[in-house]
Amino acid sequence: MAGGEGAEVVLRLDGITKRFGALLANDAISFELRKGEVVALLGENGAGKTTLMNILFGHYTADAGTVEVFGRRLPPGHPRAALAAGVGMVHQHFTLADNMTVLENILLGTGSLLSPRLDTGAARAKVAKLSADFGLAVHPDARVGALSVGERQRVEILKALYRDARILILDEPTAVLTPQETAALFETLRKAVELGLSVIFISHKLNEVMAISSRVLVLRHGRLAGEVATADTDRHRLAEMMVGAEITAPKLAERDPGAPLLTLRRVTTARRGNAPGLAGIDLTLRAGQITGLAGVSGNGQAALADLIGGLDEPASGTMDLTPPHHGDWSPRAALAAGIARIPEDRHRTGTVADFSLTENAVLESYEAAPYSRKGWMDWAAAEGFARKIIDTYDVRCPGPSARIRLLSGGNMQKLILGRALEAGPKIILANQPVRGLDIGAVTFVHGQLIAARDRGAAVLLISEDLDEIMALSDSIHVIYEGRLSPAFPRGTKTPAELGIWMAGQGFDGGADAA
Amino acid sequence: MEVLDILLTASFWAAAVRIASPLIFATLGELICERAGVLNLGIEGIMVIGAFAGWMAVYLGAGLWAGVLVAMLAGMLFGLLHATLTVPFGLSQHVVGLGVTLLATASASFAYRISLPEVTSPPKITPFQPFAIPYLSEIPLIGPAFFAQTPLTYLAFALIAVVAFTLYRTPLGLALRAAGENPASVEAQGLSVTAIRMGAVIVGSGLMAVGGAFLTMSAFSSFFFEMVNGRGWICIALVVFGAWRPGKAALGALLFAAFDALQVRLQQTPMGAVVPYQVFLMVPYVLSILALILMSRRAEVPAALMVPFNKGER
Repeated sequence: MAGGEGAEVVLRLDGITKRFGALLANDAISFELRKGEVVALLGENGAGKTTLMNILFGHYTADAGTVEVFGRRLPPGHPRAALAAGVGMVHQHFTLADNMTVLENILLGTGSLLSPRLDTGAARAKVAKLSADFGLAVHPDARVGALSVGERQRVEILKALYRDARILILDEPTAVLTPQETAALFETLRKAVELGLSVIFISHKLNEVMAISSRVLVLRHGRLAGEVATADTDRHRLAEMMVGAEITAPKLAERDPGAPLLTLRRVTTARRGNAPGLAGIDLTLRAGQITGLAGVSGNGQAALADLIGGLDEPASGTMDLTPPHHGDWSPRAALAAGIARIPEDRHRTGTVADFSLTENAVLESYEAAPYSRKGWMDWAAAEGFARKIIDTYDVRCPGPSARIRLLSGGNMQKLILGRALEAGPKIILANQPVRGLDIGAVTFVHGQLIAARDRGAAVLLISEDLDEIMALSDSIHVIYEGRLSPAFPRGTKTPAELGIWMAGQGFDGGADAA
Repeated sequence: MEVLDILLTASFWAAAVRIASPLIFATLGELICERAGVLNLGIEGIMVIGAFAGWMAVYLGAGLWAGVLVAMLAGMLFGLLHATLTVPFGLSQHVVGLGVTLLATASASFAYRISLPEVTSPPKITPFQPFAIPYLSEIPLIGPAFFAQTPLTYLAFALIAVVAFTLYRTPLGLALRAAGENPASVEAQGLSVTAIRMGAVIVGSGLMAVGGAFLTMSAFSSFFFEMVNGRGWICIALVVFGAWRPGKAALGALLFAAFDALQVRLQQTPMGAVVPYQVFLMVPYVLSILALILMSRRAEVPAALMVPFNKGER
């Protein structure tokens, strides 16, 4: 890297402090950025990374502290000033207007609003040059709404470069990218650094931080927990700095499988749009076992999750519960049968964004004692339950009455996990339980699932992450186009062998390959 | 066959263009508001205020164009009220809009009664007179329809092009459309979402008021309480009909106006002696609903329409 100790300081944050209600999001954070270096800002979800960068860029106003860019203090709360000073930000949630073209998005706000027309000619040339220089291929006249996620991110970067940004801030840029797109992004960042730009790279992915940064700043609970040169550290040590404790991967102790709690026999369900339904599967979930469901997304995982969660019924075949269930199969029946759900999309189906933590905590249990009596809510009891989850599952939040949309993904997931596990379920349906979570939260969620298994619950773990499936499962099924592979006991298949099943080989022509 | 005869008369088309003019002003005004992300249900009341203010100004001695200006300023004032409540305060755009309509309508009645306490029938002014454009007005059918109208009608049609050009070809239009699609994109480029949205609502409201003023200063020569008569609500539908595009929306206004001109003429045919006249009055609305269903299927609603933007909120 071009940067380093002697290089010019381009950015200096001094004593940045920011509160949201009772939550101290940033606590007196100070650091410097030098010319030509990539600094990684590492931290768990909710550690305050994004808040800090939003203050730097002027989206938020800090309660205390100053920002200096190239030796000049930025007035707080003005993105325009940050842009003018040479700070460009690539937001995690893209700030693009979908109904406009790439060029229009780039040009937005660059000239005087009152100038009589857009000067697209010069802009087009400049964008073409930047595209070539930085390896950011994207068609300037394409409508942003029609672009892939990777292309949109290139537009975001071009927006910053078009304004001659000297400091690039990228907020979780790889969260939405494929591995190939990530590699291309890193190429772009290396070119930027060679050309003398400085980069702040926000992430909680350790391997990426190790790959791209020259220096790492670790944020924890809103504080700067450490600063280290990337060359002097490794993934494991970074993880420990991030979490603030030693990390031990949860271990699965040997345990004999218990009685079957849920048995599917030759179950089919209807197709759903482009996604296949179930095509005659046999599946047994046993007490004290984690059953892993591996497979490429969209191969019937949602159909299976909906079936067990009560949103769908078998079109043919049988589903037997122990003890047997009678009557209509519905989400309420599933809950009554002791099935707890950790839904795939915590924002859409797991929580109600504008409800408080308390309300979200009792979403599945509000209609019965102790949270309601004779048709009246007992909010004190509900809040007590929310507090219990907050304490037991380490949900970082302003308090039980805060709206859940204020929480980071990891903390939201912990609340959902608490809601599910505190009901003492017999069967746990965990669909992508750690998607998008940081390492601390992942370890925590996995630990809780293993603990539930050790208490005798049957866990169905659905994940696209094969490492996760292999680490946690007592037995593994692969799902492919609605069909299920035989159960592979722990340790009997390598990732490569499972990968072959995931690609659809191994299933014979019949629907009942298992 | 009567319909065909009507469609071939120049007076029919002249009437359609005349009826369309106030709708075009107000529809463009509403479109500007909505493109910036604000639904302005104050439109009906703002048209009433515009109709009253322009007419009253002229009655009190102002020139016709000064009257139009007064109407526009009155509309902008109510637009400012609407914008203040919906943009920085982020209140419900439905509630604020209906409130503005009630307030503006009532204000017009109140001001009318205060200023003309003794009058039984409203005084007349000398309205804008038709101005035949040389040569063009002599084209058969099209000439009398489009080129022998009042200056306010010419202004309405010119505005379609002005608004379309501004929206699609200027930095201001870019910022406005972005504010209605994803306000975060405006904010992230260093512009003020609040300023853009407020500006759009104020200017849009000004146009709505001019639409109202057309009624008292061009179509008729006097002010009646019920004269706006739901035109504002029609304009809201026309914006949807036009898929938030100025040209298509104006075309919709012309179409609606043509239906309206047609039903009046149909009432005077032999058919009109048999069918109750209320059925004819319904025709433009029924046809509008049908057109709306057909046309707005694939419309792209501005993604941030009715979504308040609060800087610094998570």
